[in-house]
Amino acid sequence: MIKQDRISLTIDGFKVDVAPGTTVMQAADRVGVHIPRLCYHPKLSILGACRICIVELKKEGRMVASCSYPVEEGMVVVTSSPKLRRYRRDIVELILDNHPKDCQTCVRDGNCELQNAAYSLGVRERLFEGERKSFARDESSPSIQRDPEKCILCGRCVRVCDEVQGVTNLWQQFRGFESVAAPAHNNEIKHSVCIHCGQCVNVCPTASIVEKNTTDELFEALADPEMTVVVQTAPSIRAALGEGFGYSPGTPVTGKMVTALNLMGFDAVFDTNLGADLTIIEESEEFLNRLESGDDLPLITSCSPGWISFMETFYPHLIPYASTCKSPMSMLSSLIKTYYAETREIDPEKIYSVAVMPCTAKKFEAARDEHKTDWGAPYTDNVITTRELIWMCKCMGINFRRLPDSQFDSPLGVSTGGGDIFGTTGGVTEAALRTAYEKITGETLDELDFMAVRGVEGLREATIELAGREINIGVANGLQNAKELFDRLSAGEKQYHLLEIMACPGGCVGGGGQPYPPEDTFSLDPELVKSRAKALYSIDSNKKLRKSHENPAIQELYTYYLGEPNGERSHQLLHTCYKPNKRRGIR
Amino acid sequence: MNRDYSLSSEIVQSLQDFSEKNRPESYLIPALQMVQESYGFLSREHLDEVALLLRVPYAKVTGVASFYHFFNFKPSGENEIVICTGTACHVRGAGAVLDRFLEELQVKLEQPTEDGRFSVTDARCVGACAQAPVVIIGEKVYSKVTPDDVPEILSEYGFEADS
Ligand code: FES
Ligand code: FES
Repeated sequence: MIKQDRISLTIDGFKVDVAPGTTVMQAADRVGVHIPRLCYHPKLSILGACRICIVELKKEGRMVASCSYPVEEGMVVVTSSPKLRRYRRDIVELILDNHPKDCQTCVRDGNCELQNAAYSLGVRERLFEGERKSFARDESSPSIQRDPEKCILCGRCVRVCDEVQGVTNLWQQFRGFESVAAPAHNNEIKHSVCIHCGQCVNVCPTASIVEKNTTDELFEALADPEMTVVVQTAPSIRAALGEGFGYSPGTPVTGKMVTALNLMGFDAVFDTNLGADLTIIEESEEFLNRLESGDDLPLITSCSPGWISFMETFYPHLIPYASTCKSPMSMLSSLIKTYYAETREIDPEKIYSVAVMPCTAKKFEAARDEHKTDWGAPYTDNVITTRELIWMCKCMGINFRRLPDSQFDSPLGVSTGGGDIFGTTGGVTEAALRTAYEKITGETLDELDFMAVRGVEGLREATIELAGREINIGVANGLQNAKELFDRLSAGEKQYHLLEIMACPGGCVGGGGQPYPPEDTFSLDPELVKSRAKALYSIDSNKKLRKSHENPAIQELYTYYLGEPNGERSHQLLHTCYKPNKRRGIR
Repeated sequence: MNRDYSLSSEIVQSLQDFSEKNRPESYLIPALQMVQESYGFLSREHLDEVALLLRVPYAKVTGVASFYHFFNFKPSGENEIVICTGTACHVRGAGAVLDRFLEELQVKLEQPTEDGRFSVTDARCVGACAQAPVVIIGEKVYSKVTPDDVPEILSEYGFEADS
């Protein structure tokens, strides 16, 4: 058989040349024709379940699902005809007939893929009235909320949880009319192996899986005159928030974001970046100690709460290797109810501490017992996602694009470039290396960009020289990649010294709480993640201070409050511990 | 009645053997069949054990098990009432007979009564089409059953309707 390099076919009268193995849908994308799709997702395996992507093959005179049909030489494809539109409309109508009729009051009103499909295919009436599926909502998790009645069985959540995250908490349960994508035994999420990463939220086409919304509580707190309401924003929020207001991905909107938060009525706007700088001080100290003693290597980073749950459930034997550092959010929150409260003479019980995070797992982290004050309140009272912040701005009539820039408040709003890059995969490692290098050598580091650890690939390795020692680093984002890294680790072929694990593909910039992808992009799109990361690297390179230990606010913090890195007080406030999950995972 | 549902050591051994195989997942259905054969049904604990031993994610195990009709998740009652719903029996009104059993016993298909004494299940053609509709309880075969026969059949097994 002769192997062909290119296959040429005609799509809607246009000739196009593509590589063999390309699907008809991909070829059509190439010509600029967007065939409707629901179950298809470019980063997941092909399921071919919804059939809304049907096209006509002119020569054969039949219809095929374009997402799963490979191109053939000389094929003549028609993507739009009265017949196709009618069939696609029928498919969507049938889905809608088994779907709640609450579009106007649904959280995804306006950005639901099912609603968009119905609109663009011209579904203008509902024909059938019959039995609809009936399932209870699952509100058991502090992070993720499931409404199986809105599930259209596209299987994207199932595939992302399995193929990208390697968690496989969701699978299609039962059969026929009762089919539902759910955890084992159709259990509540609370009783499942969910790690709260929220990637299922990102790929769900409808509102069947969304984050647990906590904005009501926040509105109440903001209106309470008794409370000092403070907020912190994670590094990656500034790189993605703009997308919610029509900015193209990768537009940094730090100044406007701070103004918006001021307008919303927060008493102080702090920067999680400072927490990140602090994490670097503590973690690089921890790293250098372990390097010296040779114990518990590799050090594994601990800022991604999705990864922490993954470890506790599937890899409990790695617990001793994880850094005991709290995440930047939790470090900063601890300081807000102690240091900040004391210096400003505010009763810490009257502080309501809010964090805007790119992450659904942060909601879970905030609720953990390890992150509670002596009086039993959580250090972080409320975590909202980037999506929730966008919605709150809209709800309050804030005209984001018109806002002037403002600065973060002191003393917890000062940060270095090292903190900014935390939001992307490889960033924690790079920031740690900048500080570790100077600590260990006592020399000034001039070349700050550790290009070897940058990139958006899911799994990267680098070897870096640190004071004459070779340091082997592994960086993984997306937990399926982390698994592969752990396989290499247990194969024992080389000694790793530092592993950076981020649960979400691309790191926090691709987090489970980030904006639904703007048009022409999709969740998990490497280009989308790259542009958000680029925004962070540009913020970093434009800063005068780029090494965490040069942060003057941090220096002050240690001098007047914390004492030594890894000292007694910092241990009490900035470090934590982990425990294996009782319901252990499989691997 | 003593019902110990923990997996026997032979089953545990076979599951472990499966898990060493190249793609343990492809042994999932045989594994579930094996467990069901020896216990008559699959409990939640059985399913979780199978997942752990076979090293297949929990959700996949219950997903696969609940997809196939031939797996049951409840122990059957002491008296399992099998109603044939094959073509011949169906045409002659097996559906109404089935409904009457469920109604009398106040249960759903394949769910035992609260006292665990009865359960109702359906079957495809049992090979007695001339006698349709057919009901089988234990060794006993009832032929040409009508809904009105149901209370009498049940009373043979000591069942009294509440009302
Ligand atoms: S998108 Fe092709 S079948 Fe769903
Ligand atoms: S159909 Fe019932 S015995 Fe054949």
